[in-house]
Amino acid sequence: MDIVKRKTELVNEFSPMLEKSTKTSKIWISFLIFIILVGLVAFVIQAVKGHIVTGMRDNVVWGIYIINFIFFVCLSYSGAFISGILHFFKTPWKNSISRIVEVITVLSLIIGPIFILLCIGRLDRLHFLFIYPRIQSPITWDIIAIMTDLIGCFIYLYLTFVPDFAILRDNSENAPKWRQKLYKTLAIKYYDTPTQREALHKITRTMSAMIIALAIIAYSVLAWIFSLTVQPGWNSSIFAPYFIVAGLYSGVSVIIIAMYLIRKFYHLDHYIRKVHFMGAGAILLIISLLFGYFTFSEYFSRWFSHKVSDIQLLDTLFTRYFWEFIFANYIGVLVPVAILFFKKFRTIKTITFAAVVAILGLYMNRYLIIVPTLESPYLPIQDNRPEFIHYTATWIEWALSFAGIAAFILFFILIMRLVPIIPMSGIIDYERDQKRKPKGSNNH
Amino acid sequence: MADNKTEEGSNNRRNFLRLGLMSSAGVVAAASLISNLASDDVEPSGEKIRVLTPDGKMVEVDANSINKYPEALITPEESRKGIPDKKFVMVIDLSKCKNARNCVESCQKAHKLDEHEEFMKIQLIQNNEEGSPYWLPKPCFHCDEPPCVTVCPTGATFKRDDGIVLIDSDRCIGCKFCVTSCPYSARQFNWGHKEKFDDKSQPYSPETQVPAAEGTVMKCDFCPDMLRQGKLPHCASACPMGVIYFGDKNEDIVTNGSETVSFSQLIKDRGGYRHLEHLGTKPNVYYLPAVNRQFPVERGFDVDEKILERYKDVPLVKDLKEQGKL
Repeated sequence: MDIVKRKTELVNEFSPMLEKSTKTSKIWISFLIFIILVGLVAFVIQAVKGHIVTGMRDNVVWGIYIINFIFFVCLSYSGAFISGILHFFKTPWKNSISRIVEVITVLSLIIGPIFILLCIGRLDRLHFLFIYPRIQSPITWDIIAIMTDLIGCFIYLYLTFVPDFAILRDNSENAPKWRQKLYKTLAIKYYDTPTQREALHKITRTMSAMIIALAIIAYSVLAWIFSLTVQPGWNSSIFAPYFIVAGLYSGVSVIIIAMYLIRKFYHLDHYIRKVHFMGAGAILLIISLLFGYFTFSEYFSRWFSHKVSDIQLLDTLFTRYFWEFIFANYIGVLVPVAILFFKKFRTIKTITFAAVVAILGLYMNRYLIIVPTLESPYLPIQDNRPEFIHYTATWIEWALSFAGIAAFILFFILIMRLVPIIPMSGIIDYERDQKRKPKGSNNH
Repeated sequence: MADNKTEEGSNNRRNFLRLGLMSSAGVVAAASLISNLASDDVEPSGEKIRVLTPDGKMVEVDANSINKYPEALITPEESRKGIPDKKFVMVIDLSKCKNARNCVESCQKAHKLDEHEEFMKIQLIQNNEEGSPYWLPKPCFHCDEPPCVTVCPTGATFKRDDGIVLIDSDRCIGCKFCVTSCPYSARQFNWGHKEKFDDKSQPYSPETQVPAAEGTVMKCDFCPDMLRQGKLPHCASACPMGVIYFGDKNEDIVTNGSETVSFSQLIKDRGGYRHLEHLGTKPNVYYLPAVNRQFPVERGFDVDEKILERYKDVPLVKDLKEQGKL
């Protein structure tokens, strides 16, 4: 049959991605493992000696760990959001990037919560959260939201993987035994019959809608951890939508960067095309404008109403954190806007560059939300120990942060070894649709 | 002179206790009386003590029948209940504070705290450039709407019926959410391991917070262990100036050890206020404004160089340093 043949063809096309390990990829993987190992050493030191080895002290009790936590978790939520929308509205060119988005979603949702665990002083008592739960605490809400989201995303990701596992199961005669077995188990007896296909589409579609709702709830709860306190820089009613926009900003940026790297290293120019970058670039433009708008109105209202505590915070931001503030809230917004606004500036490389600037700016924006706020409480900090007045992250914290990023990339590479990053079943579906109504949609 | 004052203070305090705080001891005593009589293992000492029972009767009991501290360990479970019929309140008279730091030191000694660990902090506050700076002793405010209690995910920090907010460090997971949610920066975290944490000679009680534990939070606790004995918190009894009044809102009585006054009258007469009232946390610590001061604020600069270093950002200190007077 035609489709069976096409499936084999696709497997043959993508199998080098799954099996080939080049010298560069080996070097990369060992480099990533090395960074993760350094992070593990840092973790052991922190576990043995306590949080004293970090730069966190009274006043600034949360440092870059919580910033990484917000960053990764928001990345995940935005991934879920985008992927849900791509799927739910049957976006025409979604196929080539939908799996990238889904993998980002799940991986960042696994890595993000690790960082919140690093903030916890007594990891040995983590089970107390379940033994003595207090539903009034926003932390409890966050735990519920993250766990629900994690389960939902896993199910969703898995559902989108099933048809490809089935294709791989049927077409991996030459693959090693363990791979054949793995694909067979993971394909859960899916044979792509019309009934099965129909059922799977239905479930995936339902899940995609649920994931959008879950992401919005989880985002809001995350923002509330900060905005429900009375602290000057946090107690803001726009924090929840602000976090959604900021999360999407980082999410779209990471997707663009991932698209660029995957396209380059795996030579997937045929699948990940310029149109994808243009589309993502347009979305990034809209979100960067929204993000800039939210950032502006957040700081503008604080500045204009000039309550003492707010002014104290703004003073800190415009003196000690001046360049960071400029980078986060001017360069991090205006440069992507400038690049993406003018059509002639929009190339694959410039769009990727805009995404990199956006991510760095956003990370700095998060830093400025967390650290300076904690450094300027209502009552002035009067201390003669400099580390209690200002926060500087130690190598332990940086090592663990980079280990998180390295783990993210490493797992990404490993997943791409298991399943082609371009969904084969999507290509087949697309071609099937194309046959049914030869005119109509354009690209993948 | 100071000695005289203390002497006098303790006398007065005894009188006050008869009036007020003793009823709390009475409840403890009554409870222990029953159990002690039942077990029959206490020999009467012959010495009689008069206590007030919860229903308002004055009774005489044998001294040995009273559940004595520190043998009477208040377990984490018991410490959640609070002392019945009490609503503790503190009034700090800013016009009398001269940064003598006795409150800080006695608190540190009682709670086995290190040099920089201060449940009671003394801040030098200058509200604006023209404003007159004053010393602000800052304990935990034991708010009636405590943000720290709301955000705690495990119930490690809790609000008792008697108004006290305590921490059970056996249950604390060290998420630090309470530290970030407290607008008064009252909480401290045990960042690393310290030798004193291993000293188990005194069984742990949230009422004393000794021994503390690594990776958990601690703060001013209003010394419920002292209150159970009918005594004032360490900071209040240690202050040589009688700055800190402590008492029971239900009985409308506060005392600084030498002087026992009506709480409501004191607040009314002296314009008592609560810090950052607009936040809606409803603190149980009131301040009397720093007017008609007994000492110029400069008297408080007679402290260790290191301590003085803390106040370097206060406009007054900057000015004095520029003029070479500090």
